[in-house]
Amino acid sequence: MTPRRNYARRYVWFVVPAAFAVVATILFPWLFTIYVSAFDWRLGGAREWVGFANYTKLFSDERFGWAMLRTLLYTAMAVVFPLILGLVAALVFNQKFPLRGLARTVFILPMMATPVAVALVWTMMFHPQLGVLNWLLAQIGIPPSMWVYSPDTVIPTLVVVEVWHWTPLVMLLILGGLASLPGDPYEAAKIDGATALQCFWHITLPLLAPYIVVALIIRTIDALKAFDTIYVITQGGPGSASETINIFLYLQAFAFYNVGYASAVVVVFFAIILALAALLMWTRQRVKQ
Amino acid sequence: MKRLLGRIGFGLSVLVLISPAIMVFLWMLSLSMKTELDNTAFPPVFIPNPVTWDNYAEVFARNDFLLYAWNSVVVSFSATGIALLLGVPAGYGIAKMRAIRLAGLILIARITPGLSYLIPLFLLFQWLGLTGTLWPIIITHLVITLPIVVWVMISFFEGLPAELEEAALVDGATIWQAFRHVAMPLARPGITVACILSFIFSWNNFIFAVVLAGRETRTLPVAVNNMLTFEQISWGPLSAAALLVTAPVLILTLLAQKQIVAGLTAGGVKGA
Repeated sequence: MTPRRNYARRYVWFVVPAAFAVVATILFPWLFTIYVSAFDWRLGGAREWVGFANYTKLFSDERFGWAMLRTLLYTAMAVVFPLILGLVAALVFNQKFPLRGLARTVFILPMMATPVAVALVWTMMFHPQLGVLNWLLAQIGIPPSMWVYSPDTVIPTLVVVEVWHWTPLVMLLILGGLASLPGDPYEAAKIDGATALQCFWHITLPLLAPYIVVALIIRTIDALKAFDTIYVITQGGPGSASETINIFLYLQAFAFYNVGYASAVVVVFFAIILALAALLMWTRQRVKQ
Repeated sequence: MKRLLGRIGFGLSVLVLISPAIMVFLWMLSLSMKTELDNTAFPPVFIPNPVTWDNYAEVFARNDFLLYAWNSVVVSFSATGIALLLGVPAGYGIAKMRAIRLAGLILIARITPGLSYLIPLFLLFQWLGLTGTLWPIIITHLVITLPIVVWVMISFFEGLPAELEEAALVDGATIWQAFRHVAMPLARPGITVACILSFIFSWNNFIFAVVLAGRETRTLPVAVNNMLTFEQISWGPLSAAALLVTAPVLILTLLAQKQIVAGLTAGGVKGA
């Protein structure tokens, strides 16, 4: 045990500079956030020690509660749809066909594009009178929608953008899984006269399960983190109909300058995220085996 | 006959899958090349006729677009460069030590919402008197670029055969020399992947600059978002600006698609 240990320890210095940067930009903010959350702290103003008051206020704040609910609703939709579509897309791109490389590259362009730029184009397309989407709906006989301009449709509409944006990542993760599938079970199933659908249901899907789980977790985390497109398209509106936790957090900290309260929001959000991080690591280890 | 129908059906499904991506980007291009009159016409005008470049000219003429473009270039290159300097050795060290817990810590950075770093770092930069320079933006972008580089490099160095370095060590090389002259040249493809991905996600980042940037230090995404707030209706210049911001990234993706796909599948990496 000891020689192996010493052998490993020699490499510590490779990690030290990066570790220092991580401490400065990642660890320090965490600790400082916890500290700030115990104050009634105004940006550029007074601060006063309040202990847990920010947290108790948080749990009775209806606006926070609604933001939490909206985030959960948004996350649920922004996970399920990309997973289904990403799985279908991965199955398609796993086939051999002419121009496959090009088609796959075009398919992943949305996730590489600058979110702000994309959000601007979607904003224009959602315009109720002049937007191209309502015109397209009219062509197939569907009545126009208010898209992001109505509290009833704003969340599903933002999910549409999120699905467009991040389905490619799910596709890539599952495609990686498909590439590693063994050929033997399929040979055996073919001899036994299984149909393509049976093959998919009884062989492909179980073998893909670990990859789907990884995609599920990554998607959940990214959906919880979603900020850019929501902020650019609606800034939480109309009213507060699309105010998710991230928008709530942003407004508290940088519009109302309530950094103490906002820090408490961050800490609560952290608890959720750390649980997910543990799950992600655990899953990754299982996939590796 | 049945096979032919199957093929046509398959081709159609490919088309259905990629059309949302194509249509949004083409619509962006179309909006940027039409007059304001055509842009607000109903039914919409799809093919620009006449084609106009005025929107692009307008973008460059106002809003200090070139200054913001320069800011974006400085920030993305610095954040990527620093991340490579720190992250490539770190990835090597972690792979050699098999320090899974350290790797986990880096994953948590990947997972944390960008906003949660901003409150403390904002206060810190104010206290240090760095506001008004590009440094706060570069430093916060490390939160995105460093985890990407480390994560890609870990999986890359883990995949390299250890024999060559061991031979170098037996011949009396120090571990630093083995890293510098044996492992690093072998890992060059991995470094390319890490470099491209961290550049793209730094370039695309909005959340840090929107809070930290002043008038002179805006990056392109922030500058373009400001255009929307102040000019709700002028779609042509807005689309032209949006396209200019995202064009470098799209071109890079088309050129380096193989590396990008490899890097993204390896770790499910994505910016904050």
